[in-house]
Amino acid sequence: MPDILLRGGRVLDPMREFDAQTDVLLRDGRIARIEGGLAAPGKDGKVINVKDCWVVPGLIDLHVHLREPGQEYKENIETGTAAAAAGGFSAVCCMPNTSPPNDTRAVTELIVQRARDKGAVRVYPIGCITQGQKGESLADMGELQEAGCVAVSDDGHGVMNSEVMRRALEYARSFGIPLIQHCEDNALSAGGAMHEGLASTRFGIRAQPAAAESAMLARDLELVALTGGRYHMAHISCAASVRLIREAKQRGLPVTCEVTPHNLMLTDEACAGYDTFFKMNPPLRSSSDQAALREALADGTIDAIATDHAPHSPVEKEVEFEQAANGVIGLETALALAVELVDAGVLTPAKLVVRMSAGPARVLGLPGGSLALGAPADVTVIDPQATWTCDAARFRSKARNTPFGGRAMRGRSVLTVVGGAIVFSEERFVV
Amino acid sequence: MTKGFTQRHLLGMERLTREEITTVLDLGERFLEIADRPIKKVPTLRGKTVINLFLEPSTRTRTSFEIAAKRLSADGINFTAASSSTVKGETLIDTALNLDAMNPDIVVIRHAQAGSALLLSQRIRAAIVNAGDGAHEHPTQALLDASTIRAHKKKIEGLTVVICGDIDHSRVARSNIFALRTLGAHVRVAGPRSFLPMGVESLGCEAYDRIEPALEGADVVMMLRIQMERKAGSRFPDTREYARYFGLNPRRLALAKPDAIVMHPGPMNRGVEIDPGVADGPRSVILDQVSRGVAIRMAVLYLLGGGSGEEWSKS
Repeated sequence: MPDILLRGGRVLDPMREFDAQTDVLLRDGRIARIEGGLAAPGKDGKVINVKDCWVVPGLIDLHVHLREPGQEYKENIETGTAAAAAGGFSAVCCMPNTSPPNDTRAVTELIVQRARDKGAVRVYPIGCITQGQKGESLADMGELQEAGCVAVSDDGHGVMNSEVMRRALEYARSFGIPLIQHCEDNALSAGGAMHEGLASTRFGIRAQPAAAESAMLARDLELVALTGGRYHMAHISCAASVRLIREAKQRGLPVTCEVTPHNLMLTDEACAGYDTFFKMNPPLRSSSDQAALREALADGTIDAIATDHAPHSPVEKEVEFEQAANGVIGLETALALAVELVDAGVLTPAKLVVRMSAGPARVLGLPGGSLALGAPADVTVIDPQATWTCDAARFRSKARNTPFGGRAMRGRSVLTVVGGAIVFSEERFVV
Repeated sequence: MTKGFTQRHLLGMERLTREEITTVLDLGERFLEIADRPIKKVPTLRGKTVINLFLEPSTRTRTSFEIAAKRLSADGINFTAASSSTVKGETLIDTALNLDAMNPDIVVIRHAQAGSALLLSQRIRAAIVNAGDGAHEHPTQALLDASTIRAHKKKIEGLTVVICGDIDHSRVARSNIFALRTLGAHVRVAGPRSFLPMGVESLGCEAYDRIEPALEGADVVMMLRIQMERKAGSRFPDTREYARYFGLNPRRLALAKPDAIVMHPGPMNRGVEIDPGVADGPRSVILDQVSRGVAIRMAVLYLLGGGSGEEWSKS
């Protein structure tokens, strides 16, 4: 593996409170040296001038759907991880609602094997909490973890039965495996296709209240207090949930949460045109929810930005709004939207790095999140000034269902390195 | 073409101007008398094709559109859920593209989901008339209601109109709120709180969770049925209790102005939201609504179908 010298970038490693213009040398798949004026590596080595760019620990996405096995017509591990690499992510955690769902070690092993063969970035599988995600009997969490799962989740559904949720939190503790909950009380959400509020009242779309999310979260937090289980809330979307998580953290409960870029950038008014690319679950919320999410992201109540990258084919999306599948893709737009939040004063560059790298790593106890000497060389180089227009036709993902099509973007990943290997680079850096 | 109406489609009342609404109402008035002729037909839309794409059960609205098209001499074709390909797994867009390939001039669509008329208008060349999309809009109903109110009250501006019942599931309520607000009426909605959409006041109306205070001083009382097919059943205990507290009976109607009129878009559930004595009473204009429905739909088809000048009046 050739050495790589990243010359003259702004190296941002908030976990070590490091922020300086300097050089970074990657050798043997590890971060070898960080200091100014490093000599160029030997003839096999590459020198890449990254002046005016940020050099940061590889970004980690806690929440993606790679659709393999079973729904490869939407996405697969190869295309999904290529999209991740292009978006600046060096690692992704893939949700278990595949077909069959990832509730047995055989499925986990298949994902791990496919990722090894075809994956551009690190893939950490997430197993199911319950068999078949049915919410009834616990899945084999021990074996799932042994096969490579880093967490369990029934994402796509909340665990409705309180007793099952209690036992899941307890059982998972024995293995130290975190639970990721998709908070949604099915009875309250009742098939609502958007957020219940002034916009849904005007559009006449069947809607679900924010309380469908926060009511389950409130119950879960009491169960966390009862069991001491490690709990991560997926895609927090409303102000009420922010308040509950904030209080829970103050109580010292072992809880974390993530937010999607689309919930940070858009509101329910975006559903005005009944465009199914604005339909996802949890849905886009009100502007006051959006403001609460931004505040919580800034103050650390929210630990991570996670895309909930949910690829769909036109078959699922070119239909009536209420009939359309939930979900939008996000791997290739998340970073630019986070840079937009820096421009808007919501985040600092250092906080952006924490919420997209160190934060997600800490949530699930994953390696990475820092540029410590000797650590695996997972590095992302970001050009915060690059301007571009979001065009889904150019995405590496198989899917096109982005709500940001046509948006003027600023900031993008220009180089992604995983374990010392370049998995994505902009043309100007091809050496 | 008649001045004052520039829409290519009729998707909803929310975006229509007062002038556009008035244009349809005025034209509807002129079409009314055709129903009284011995030969109820004018050649205005001869050679035009109107497809009624009804993907949700409907008898009265479909019949009304069908008669309207026939009285204008258009060729009307019915395409209903039972006979459609949608039950065979075809998407709405594919159905629409197939219909479009037959080059109709107007497609009238009724569909269970909000936004479906808009979706159709984005995909095909024909003019689209929304005949009800989920709980969103039902613009021709609001137009015929406005026509009825104007005929009986000689004006709409300044009137107090109360809409009672299952507001949340009702496209009729939404279209009426938008239309009546634009025309300058004061709109009140009333029903059990579990039937009122969140923040309904933001549409430009007052909301009441009991009907008595809403009825006080009303000029027009519009009753809506409970949409059991949209799972409204979980929102109230039973029809007996509903009738007792939220039904329009003579005692409650007495709270409205003495000359208040009673309307219902149908289908009516006698003994639930409306007492038979009120439905059949002297202040009911329910059947007049139905008659005007045909004339208003003729006006809409005429405006969207590019009917020529004064041709119809000469016949």
